[in-house]
Amino acid sequence: MVKVEFLGPIGKSPVEVDASTLADVAEILRRDPEVARWLEQSAVAVNDKMVETLDVKLKSGDRVSLLPPVCGG
Amino acid sequence: MVLIYRGPIEVEALLSRWYGAERNGNYGAMVSFVGTVREEGGIEALSFDIYRPLLDKWFEGWRERLAEKGALLAMAHSEGDVPVHTSSFACAIFSPKRRLALEMLDAFVEDFKANAPIWKYDVIDGKRIYAAERSTPMAGSGLLAKG
Repeated sequence: MVKVEFLGPIGKSPVEVDASTLADVAEILRRDPEVARWLEQSAVAVNDKMVETLDVKLKSGDRVSLLPPVCGG
Repeated sequence: MVLIYRGPIEVEALLSRWYGAERNGNYGAMVSFVGTVREEGGIEALSFDIYRPLLDKWFEGWRERLAEKGALLAMAHSEGDVPVHTSSFACAIFSPKRRLALEMLDAFVEDFKANAPIWKYDVIDGKRIYAAERSTPMAGSGLLAKG
């Protein structure tokens, strides 16, 4: 299982999903109305590395993080 | 590594420490920036969430970039509530000459605003409200909405 965590203001507890690529994760999250509205504005990290393609392969124990819009300072 | 404070930064002590640590390093310039919470919009404080693993990676990238130019970077940020007229962000660049430090400080703070994994909330009547309209989507946002 792949762990998906929702950072900052998304305010949702982590979930475990059955996914072999990031595209699978995208498909699962698009079905969750609580999360779907954040997808357009969120960046994505896999195991704390920023990613820019849905082709990323995932294995059990991997961690996907959603990062909504930021504002430090 | 970014220095994280729970609540406001102790600015005087921090700047003094940074200055003291590097004064014999033969840097001709120390340029610092301190961000202080302004009283506006009825807020009593700002509040921050930080994702430390990625903040440290982002920061180390900048440290390396500056080290290649012979300069040194230090940064501190607050987590949790930071009341008005106290400070949540401080950074300093030490460089052999002033021009590099002044220019890099501007570039660093701009990138910090756009890509450091930190989330800001207004605190009004004890409630934490995400500062959505002041926030910036990070590079690569929207990936999971595609397909």
